[in-house]
Amino acid sequence: MRPAEPPRSARSRLRGFVYPLALAFVLLALWQWAVVAFELPAFLVPSPLRVAQALQDDAPLLLAALWVTLKITVLALLCATLLGVLIAFAFVQSRSIETALLPYAVLLQVTPIVAIAPLIIVWVKDATASLVICATLVALFPMISNTTLGLRSVDPGLLSYFRLNRASRWQLLWRLRVPGALPYFFAGLRISSGLALIGAVVAEFVAGTGGTGSGLAYQILQSGYQLNIARLFAALGLIALAGVLLHAAVAVLSRWALGGWHDSEA
Amino acid sequence: MDDAVRPPAVELRSVGMTYPNGTRALQPLELRVAEGEFLTLIGPSGCGKSTLLNLVAGLLEPSEGTLRLWQRPVRQIESTGHRLSFVFQSPTLMPWADVQTNVRLPLDLARVNPHEAASRVREALALVGLHRNAGQRPRELSGGMRMRVSIARALVTRPTLLLMDEPFGALDEITRDKLDAELLALWRQQGLTVVFVTHSIHEAVYLSTRVLVMAAQPGRLVDELRIDEPCPRAPGFRVGTRFAAYAQRLQHSLLRASGTPLDEASA
Repeated sequence: MRPAEPPRSARSRLRGFVYPLALAFVLLALWQWAVVAFELPAFLVPSPLRVAQALQDDAPLLLAALWVTLKITVLALLCATLLGVLIAFAFVQSRSIETALLPYAVLLQVTPIVAIAPLIIVWVKDATASLVICATLVALFPMISNTTLGLRSVDPGLLSYFRLNRASRWQLLWRLRVPGALPYFFAGLRISSGLALIGAVVAEFVAGTGGTGSGLAYQILQSGYQLNIARLFAALGLIALAGVLLHAAVAVLSRWALGGWHDSEA
Repeated sequence: MDDAVRPPAVELRSVGMTYPNGTRALQPLELRVAEGEFLTLIGPSGCGKSTLLNLVAGLLEPSEGTLRLWQRPVRQIESTGHRLSFVFQSPTLMPWADVQTNVRLPLDLARVNPHEAASRVREALALVGLHRNAGQRPRELSGGMRMRVSIARALVTRPTLLLMDEPFGALDEITRDKLDAELLALWRQQGLTVVFVTHSIHEAVYLSTRVLVMAAQPGRLVDELRIDEPCPRAPGFRVGTRFAAYAQRLQHSLLRASGTPLDEASA
């Protein structure tokens, strides 16, 4: 009997945190040294310590902006997931639907969001809704293509077995296609989580909305206009942090769903 | 009752198979499998053994002839009070589900009530000796154990006809011999009719009451050998002279079927 694959050891999980953090520490130290050694002006390249200071001083402003951007990103990711899965189900149930809709899905994928964002922002009155739509459009395609591929990539032997037992279309979908598609679904979700954040930031840039309820992209624009480069870097750092957190959340979800049976998470 | 008088479990009348791309997989053939028989199909690759088995299972429609199970069309087998199960070349288990969920699958698809299903799953797992592995996932099992799960899944529906397509082909010799012996015991104990496909002459002789030899291009039946030996097989049967004689007869038949002259093969 083959022994069960051992779970990832605590040591290897620790390495997953320690190695990137050690690299970040080395790079930040180099950055600090370069700024001091070459006497770089703060309006051109602020030192990491200055960026940290800006992060502390403008924390209420930046954290409120981070909350707005995260809210748009998560809403967009949820919408893209729901829509992507529904469209993939429709594609798998009928080749005619796929033939009719696929060119439009590809069209959405290849059209730059900056080209259509102004239209969406004009058409949709609510600012948050318009930004969520833009970010959803950016994140949608990987969910459709990966989930469709997963739903179609069924083990032919299992498919024959289900057909031999006269499984209904519904049983085939829920008992075979959906669980079999999970690894593909999560691969799509990882890509889409990053794209949803990119979509949210790009849409915020295009919208350029100010006042309350404005996100990190607006803070980057404002900081640039005011030559407050330390705050700009702090906002950029928060966007990167949001991306890493989102990716980590999807990874945890994926490990929970696939850990016991799929090689990708063993 | 004599085989000739008993109604056949499987009956093929001039059944032939040509795929839509024009490939002639099977020439029209006649075949009767009696109830309780253990019939093995043996032959070179591409001779249509699996095609024949898929036709009997109803996974393929014959392009000519009629195929009946207990004198009814394949799709109406349930109306005869009989049931067929199929064991594939690979275990074809759901990797995301544990052993008991895999074994319960055909009952879930047929919407058997959960209490009845749970008791049948326990029974089937006990039959193949896996009652202690019910909660494990397929990746945690050896190749032989996975194949046992596949056999348990086939038995859980209490079939009367068991179709097996080279089920032990990918296993090592020792595991294969062990599973052969277990299968033979199950066949007797459950009163099954078995149609078994293999490449192994030794497996065919050990398991079967009758062996059909097939040839390729196009697929056809070319020889038949009855294994007139008592069941259960005597412990020394596999190493006895009678076993060797059956095996030699089958080997010659297979060589003829694959177009290899006997003197060339013995050289």
